Amino acid sequence: MTAPEPLPDPLDVAALDAAVDAALADVAAATQLDELKTVRTRHTGDKSPLALANRAIGALPGPDKAVAGKNVGPRRGRINQALTARQAELEAERDARVLVEETVDVTLPTNRTPAGARHPIELIQERVADFFVGMGWEIADGPEVEAEWFNFDALNFGPDHPARQMQDTFYVAGTDGGDRTDGANLVLRTHTSPVQARSLLARGVPLYIACPGKVFRTDALDATHTPVFHQVEGLAVDEGLTMANLVGTLDAFAREMFGPEAKTRLRPSFFPFTEPSAEMDLWFPQKKGGAGWIEWGGCGMVHPNVLRAAGVDPEVYSGFAFGMGIERTLMLRHSIADMHDIVEGDVRFSTQFGTEI
Amino acid sequence: MPRIVADWLADHVELPADLTTEQLAADLVRVGLEEEEIHPAAVSGPLVVGRVLEMTGEPQKNGKTINWCLVDVGPEHNATRITGVDDADVPAGGARGIVCGAHNFGVGDLVVVSLPGTVLPGGFAIASRKTYGHVSDGMICSTKELGLGEDHGGILVLTEAGFDAADLTPGQDAVALLGLGDEVLEINVTPDRGYAFSYRGVAREYAHSTGAAFTDRGLAEALPTAPPAATADGFAVAVDDTAPIDGQVGCDRFVTRIVRGIDPTAPTPPWMKRRLEGSGMRSISLAVDVTNYVMLDLGQPLHAYDLDAVTAPIVVRRAAPGERLTTLDDVDRALDTEDLLITDSPDGPGSRVLGLAGVMGGASSEVSAATTDVLVEAAHFDQVTVARTARRHKLPSEAAKRFERGVDPRLPAVAAQRVVDLLVELGGGTADPAVSDLDTTTTPAPLAMDVSLPTRTSGVPYTREQVVQILEQIGCTVAGDDTLTVTPPTWRPDLVEPAALVEEVVRIAGYDQIASVLPAAPGGRGLTPEQRIRRSVARALADAGLVEVLSYPFVGQQDLDALGLPADDPRRTALRLANPLAEDRPLMRTTLLVSLLDTARRNVSRGIDDVAVFEMGQVTRPVADAPAAPQLPVGVRPTPDQLEALAAATPDQPRRVAGVLTGNRVPAGWWGPGRPVDWADAVEAARTVADLAGAEVVVSNDPDHMPWHPGRCARFEVAGGDGEVRTVGHAGELHPKVLEELGLPRRTVAFEMDLSALVDAADGSPRVAAPVSAFPAAKEDFALVVDATVPAADVEAAVVAGAGELLERVELFDLFTGEQIGRGKKSLAYSVRLRAADRTLTAEDVRAARDGVVRVTAERVGAVLRG
Repeated sequence: MTAPEPLPDPLDVAALDAAVDAALADVAAATQLDELKTVRTRHTGDKSPLALANRAIGALPGPDKAVAGKNVGPRRGRINQALTARQAELEAERDARVLVEETVDVTLPTNRTPAGARHPIELIQERVADFFVGMGWEIADGPEVEAEWFNFDALNFGPDHPARQMQDTFYVAGTDGGDRTDGANLVLRTHTSPVQARSLLARGVPLYIACPGKVFRTDALDATHTPVFHQVEGLAVDEGLTMANLVGTLDAFAREMFGPEAKTRLRPSFFPFTEPSAEMDLWFPQKKGGAGWIEWGGCGMVHPNVLRAAGVDPEVYSGFAFGMGIERTLMLRHSIADMHDIVEGDVRFSTQFGTEI
Repeated sequence: MPRIVADWLADHVELPADLTTEQLAADLVRVGLEEEEIHPAAVSGPLVVGRVLEMTGEPQKNGKTINWCLVDVGPEHNATRITGVDDADVPAGGARGIVCGAHNFGVGDLVVVSLPGTVLPGGFAIASRKTYGHVSDGMICSTKELGLGEDHGGILVLTEAGFDAADLTPGQDAVALLGLGDEVLEINVTPDRGYAFSYRGVAREYAHSTGAAFTDRGLAEALPTAPPAATADGFAVAVDDTAPIDGQVGCDRFVTRIVRGIDPTAPTPPWMKRRLEGSGMRSISLAVDVTNYVMLDLGQPLHAYDLDAVTAPIVVRRAAPGERLTTLDDVDRALDTEDLLITDSPDGPGSRVLGLAGVMGGASSEVSAATTDVLVEAAHFDQVTVARTARRHKLPSEAAKRFERGVDPRLPAVAAQRVVDLLVELGGGTADPAVSDLDTTTTPAPLAMDVSLPTRTSGVPYTREQVVQILEQIGCTVAGDDTLTVTPPTWRPDLVEPAALVEEVVRIAGYDQIASVLPAAPGGRGLTPEQRIRRSVARALADAGLVEVLSYPFVGQQDLDALGLPADDPRRTALRLANPLAEDRPLMRTTLLVSLLDTARRNVSRGIDDVAVFEMGQVTRPVADAPAAPQLPVGVRPTPDQLEALAAATPDQPRRVAGVLTGNRVPAGWWGPGRPVDWADAVEAARTVADLAGAEVVVSNDPDHMPWHPGRCARFEVAGGDGEVRTVGHAGELHPKVLEELGLPRRTVAFEMDLSALVDAADGSPRVAAPVSAFPAAKEDFALVVDATVPAADVEAAVVAGAGELLERVELFDLFTGEQIGRGKKSLAYSVRLRAADRTLTAEDVRAARDGVVRVTAERVGAVLRG
């Protein structure tokens, strides 16, 4: 056994100060938390000079005890303070370094769950519906394969009416799997107007409805035509409605679709189911080559025969109706040049629009 | 549709001297005659009259002989020096040297020369060019090159074409002379304005629009001498209509006139040719041109017969069964007993068919190059009769277009007189005094209209004077004070309702006077539940990464074959179109997938690897041999029975939603590999649809539903109110054979759900909320080993039943198969969360629930708790 080292003299202030200085220098020199831990053990552990000095106090005579206590205690405190402060500094440095190390490139693509999209034709129909619902109108639906009577006769197109021949109608021959081939008096609806008669019959008057939907004509697909397209039909039947109400509705609708500058203009025309009838032009500020009028749809005051076909008395009620192409509206509003994009179902087209339009 | 040559229009109405085509179009559209197109001038540049001064034939090595010509084209255009010609040899006053390959002209002839800078029809630009050893400094034009018809005799020699040499000078502008510089407005005439298929009618409308002075040349008073009355020796005509359509006799007016001794070689004068061609009609022969001219002018279709080929009497009658006719277009046609015919009587009355009344004449009585005596027909036929015949025989002739829209029944005598006058004047004929005029026309019925109706309809305050003045302006006679008695003019058969008179007042006063007043609707109920659900479903699918597309509903049985549908599959019962756009796709789709798969394939073929698309739309599910829809009249409310019959004939058209997914569901990227689409993605989407519709669905394996994989197809069912279980959709992976057939990647998945049926099955009443308990939960896990064939849905149902009312949530967190649990077995690990609404659970509670799960799963699905 070796002889125990003599305990430091707790009354030797110079020695104690030297130990404190050495400790503080070590603390300041520690640049890592584990270094600091070693320093802590060296200067505050059981075998550190000040701990030993402290232990030696107990052996001192009474009066010296107090002096020694005052010599050692505060010095140990200074070392502990320094250690705590340095610990905090180094932890803060470490934390900051870890966060820096965790830095990522936030410009990386994040499309791990690619967004889907609605078709803009559907979106714009919903927007149209919202506009009319907002005015207190309701949205009506109807079948796409329609009885000829609803598509034509109910709308005052008699069987021999020249306009009936001008509609480029798809006629139904019969049903595969059935024996009948003599026709079914059904057509693919050529316009959304049959919903007029259906709604009048089903809901009665007063009636304010809009009907966006799919319609069919025997046009081959090209840049501006498609055999399957969409229209929105509007119909209001009430007491005292006039053409001024028609114009007011069209103007409000045009503003909704094309902005506050938009307005409409009527030109005399002919539809079997309205009288007076009009073509409607839209003032289109974004028109290529300068603002101007472009055709937007047809309209007029509901023909008395249409009211009669639905059992409504034309002496008491009057109404107006209008219809416009959804594709045309979409193409104008969003500068779409070619119908193919709308009908081909290429996801790249729909995706541009997301879920709002 | 009619084309308007301005100077012809000016015969009827005063036009400003500086009227542009654009202005004319603007004036006409204001009253409802819309511009269809402005046809540009056929020729521009220096097209002039030339006189051939010298002509030298020069044989070529290729055997052809060309003519080297010096042509006087007027002092303004003549050159004093001509390449290859000595200055001394250039004619005094100059000329142009032109090479010409044709030989039908000679020195001294007046021809049409297109000088360099001229652009001929078809964009053919003329320039000076070197050819056959000369510099050809222009071109001597043929009829064809000028767009004036087919080449008959090569170069157009003006004097042979009806021009008088005295009116022609070299250098004169031939563009104006031939009417080739006329910009022509083509207008669109709506079906109610038959009278506007004439210069007379268009001029009237122009007058309405502008207030210009209009002369009605369709009235007898406008003729220099009134048309003669019928004579006893007039060509005999009888109308024998035994089957009028809707009570209307097919012919109520038939005027005949005879012109004899017409020179068959007399040409149509250039001015008439110009006007006809400008109006879009080809010049044929003088007699035919004159009838066409008067038709375009007044709107009365006319027919010229070779008098020698017609045997009196003419009988107007319906076709007999089996009769045939070869029409002027050389088509042999089987006639229908509804067709109204013009016949003559070589073998008894009405024994020979001459033509389809008001539609097209026959070949046998056609005016020929030898015809000198002409019988002129000016008749009035029933609109419906003509419309049906024209439609039946697909003959939308100029005559039919007018008759089906309505022709003024007062016109025949006036129009026939005009034809006679022109044939006498231009053809050197003599008018025969024999005239027949069979006339059973009636005057239009007067209409009663409240004088305030136009104001009540339009909201524009018209005075009584304004209303009356406008109605008189359009040709009506008006009487009465507050209630007007309005008799429409004979040329307006469309004016049969007061509403039609209102339209006249409002349009002529101007639609621009109508105010803009938004009406206040009484207030609606917003979107219907189904409309809201449609939006939620579409939005949810889009939010889940699917892209909405639209596809055409036209399919063929071969498309259904590609889906592998059995022969008796109800989806093969499809509605067939009579006139499909594509012959191989005549059916309306019975399922959305059939066309959506095509759309998916198009995307894949365009290089898009990860495709997730959906479509929402109607499909057509007809019942084979459903009754035809009743044909009901216009303007009458159908009876309840009739409405029911209409509904019964209209096929069921449920709204569906379908989706197709292929490639990766989660894309590969810097974050790691992607996750390929699998059957569960389709089932998940289908479940989303059902949830949003508010319907409770039962899912089970469907091993037999093409086009799905027999082992990977989920069937969705709902219980209807009547307890009947209905299939509402399918989802899963598609059958590998179908995918191969369609050219889609392996493992492509799809779903199709019947949204209408789901909405029907949904309760629709407000959801009753369960209270949320704040007491602590207990979690228990169960690993249950069952036969591999037991559906997970059954195991889960047993867990739910066994756990009892404390169950808050059950979740399958692991699915395992392997040696450890034995062949033909699978292990399903569930995490079950238990909670009471009113207390903290005791150990006893939890043990009871746990025992319940073990017991019920053992009983119901033979589950063994894994140790």
